[in-house]
Amino acid sequence: MAKEQLRFTGSGGQGVILGTIIIAEAAYMDGKNVVQSQSYGPEARGGMCKAEAIIDQDKITYTKVTDPTLLLSLTQISFNKYVKDIHRNTVIIVDDSINVPQRVKEKQEVISLPIIHSAKEIIKNPMASNIISVGAVNEALKLASEKSLEAAVLNHVPKGTEELNVRAMKLGAELVKIYRGEIKPEAKKESTVRKKEA
Amino acid sequence: MAEKQARFQLLQGNEACVEGAIAAGMRFYAGYPITPSTEIAERSAVRLPQVGGKFMQMEDEIAGIAAALGASVAGMKAMTATSGPGFSLKQENIGYATIAEIPIVIVDVMRSGPSTGLPTSPSQGDVMQAKWGTHGDHPVIAISPCSVQDTYNQTVRAFNLAERFRTPVILLMDEIVGHMREGCELIPTEELEIHNRNTRMIQSMPYALGEGQYVPHMTSFGDGNLYNITGLFHDESGFPTNNNQIAGMENARLMEKIKVYKYSGILEYEEEEMEDAEIGIVCYGGTTRAVQEAIRMAREDGYKVGMFRPVTIWPFPEYELVNRAKQLKRLIVVEHNYGQILLTVQGIIKGDTKVEFIGKVDGTTIRPDEIYDKITDEEE
Amino acid sequence: MPSKLVERTMRTKRLPHIWCPGCGHGILMRDVCQAIENLGLEKEKVCIVSGIGCSSRAAGYMNYNTLHTTHGRAIAFATGIKMAKPELHVIVITGDGDATAIGGNHLIHAARRNIDLTVVVFNNSIYGMTGGQFSPTTPTGEKGTTAPYGNIDGDFDIPKLAEAAGATYTARCDCYHVPQAVKLIEEGIRNKGFSVIEGVSICPTYYGRKNKKGNAVQMMHWQADNCIDIKKAEKMSPEELEGKIILGEMSRKELPEYTELYDKIIEKAGGKK
Repeated sequence: MAKEQLRFTGSGGQGVILGTIIIAEAAYMDGKNVVQSQSYGPEARGGMCKAEAIIDQDKITYTKVTDPTLLLSLTQISFNKYVKDIHRNTVIIVDDSINVPQRVKEKQEVISLPIIHSAKEIIKNPMASNIISVGAVNEALKLASEKSLEAAVLNHVPKGTEELNVRAMKLGAELVKIYRGEIKPEAKKESTVRKKEA
Repeated sequence: MAEKQARFQLLQGNEACVEGAIAAGMRFYAGYPITPSTEIAERSAVRLPQVGGKFMQMEDEIAGIAAALGASVAGMKAMTATSGPGFSLKQENIGYATIAEIPIVIVDVMRSGPSTGLPTSPSQGDVMQAKWGTHGDHPVIAISPCSVQDTYNQTVRAFNLAERFRTPVILLMDEIVGHMREGCELIPTEELEIHNRNTRMIQSMPYALGEGQYVPHMTSFGDGNLYNITGLFHDESGFPTNNNQIAGMENARLMEKIKVYKYSGILEYEEEEMEDAEIGIVCYGGTTRAVQEAIRMAREDGYKVGMFRPVTIWPFPEYELVNRAKQLKRLIVVEHNYGQILLTVQGIIKGDTKVEFIGKVDGTTIRPDEIYDKITDEEE
Repeated sequence: MPSKLVERTMRTKRLPHIWCPGCGHGILMRDVCQAIENLGLEKEKVCIVSGIGCSSRAAGYMNYNTLHTTHGRAIAFATGIKMAKPELHVIVITGDGDATAIGGNHLIHAARRNIDLTVVVFNNSIYGMTGGQFSPTTPTGEKGTTAPYGNIDGDFDIPKLAEAAGATYTARCDCYHVPQAVKLIEEGIRNKGFSVIEGVSICPTYYGRKNKKGNAVQMMHWQADNCIDIKKAEKMSPEELEGKIILGEMSRKELPEYTELYDKIIEKAGGKK
């Protein structure tokens, strides 16, 4: 695989840092080289939040993301800030509440998914949006095996939420497949193809 | 129940430091919370009691190093960790550890700026403080790891050096290495070379030396030898002396022991792509990674550039760098400060090699392209 | 000729000590040794930890495991020793400046933890080693070289300070009433928890001279007349107690001890003891 440079952004408390840790750990279990880092300070306590992971078959030298191959944004404000650093063929995964300008859509693959909505309505836990994101990112970029990803998720979620989080992880992957038209949404999961309001 | 640790883990540099310390035999930690070193305290609080060790959050930074020194005197391998402001506060007791010859590992995860500065931003501004921070003439061992795995390995080495030479060893980390997560192999104790202080007292005198030796042995308090430890200059018996001759000799011995054993495990450095290099880059700690990337980029464009990384920063591998510099046209020092290792390099590199510098102090990391530009721009 | 006690408990080769003629510290040091002897403690299991100042030179003369540390930090060093080897009897000998000024933070926090240390504060109400500057226990209004017009700072009551911070045993003794001092120090060592004993000392060289307290003998007489046992003091009126120093056990309470609590942490974490 080529060097993947992932940047997860959102607001503090959405668990984007944990998301990058889980992905990096899963890829590491699969024998890849990984580096994970995050922004610290007041912004990590409620404001805007950024976390990064680099995954590569080869040795990783510089530890920061210079050229993201993936941008995940869970809030409009974080999207607006970090979309400026997008180059080449960055895959963009956003929550479907985010307005993505047409010019961005023309240049890049934008995968708009009902992440936050699904966390609330399907998983019934708003905290699950990061694990849904993890499942989605992994499906979109094929970074780690599902087995490793599940093991990494289980390493990091609180006791008693294991089942819920594994469901969230699988749902994330499913959302990407649906978005790409690889599978059809099941009837009972109608809400996953929620029409965007306004 | 203590869970069995997996051998391969994704860890922060700070966490790997704790795991390395425990593998090396650390059983006591005392410290005070400070960014960006706090994870060292947090993981110690979890892990030490799992291995029968003890963690204490003290009332301040000074108490942190003092309690660690007390535990070491009673025979436990001990560590304290901090960052810039706390490192300043610990200086007096680093000097105490030096003169009383008490093994201890002090971790400083460097952050940006004087005073409170930029607490969560990378810096390498404490390099000279590590060398000269405590008052009076004194030797120092300081080690700077460049990755999470290196942090694990170098923490083990820091404990070994502290025990072998009865001296404080400073593990000079930076925010880049401390906070990033990488895969780390937790090499178990049985597979590591572990050194412990020699506890057999020579001639019933705590500071007496064996024939041709520079390091006195150290029995633990409570093990039957009653003796005195003091921060005053003392004679072989451990008692204070105003005898200038003895004081002078003692100070000289403290300096000498680090010099004499420099090539017995203290010194460590690493070179990459240096065989045919015409341009050398000196770096250490977190900046290493950007340098490696820049070298890869420049080599692709045909520049003969290589890296010289002191792993042990103090004492500095002077002879080795001077020797290597003979083949170099240019030597670029890359560090997150206004030029602290640069001073040392300028002091030793004479002759035709041009010494250049990239420093950054705004709290952002030095990027590979900035180093690449320096490598390629100055071409004459 | 040193006494039998001195021969048994002190490093006679290190004597005579550096203290001024008439200094009370030698008496207090002897009291500590006597208390250790009376309790029959194994010498190898006794640690004396001191800081910096006149008081802290005591450690070097006492034939135990002795650690002469940095200014103010004796209690923090002692904490590390006790944690590493809880079976040791760790006694801190410190001064008023060492314990309550530069080391005040360590004093109150060790008290808060109730770690099993015995702190004996040799309180001479002055910085002696540096030549007579006022300390946190110099009575308000009195003089030091840095309070030439009289000290305007308030002064600490050491047992009260320690008690409020959580010490489970506090007491005050002086240089004149030796048997009582020995007994109070013994009780402090015996208490399984943080004990603070203030030893009111005498500094004829600086505190005495600066404040016209007379010579060493006169200062000793003053202690004989004005240091009142707490039981006797209970029967005296506030007017009668004016200017007196009260001696005896000041407070005692039962609280869990820190190293024992930590053993439970190790158990909880699954580590072997």
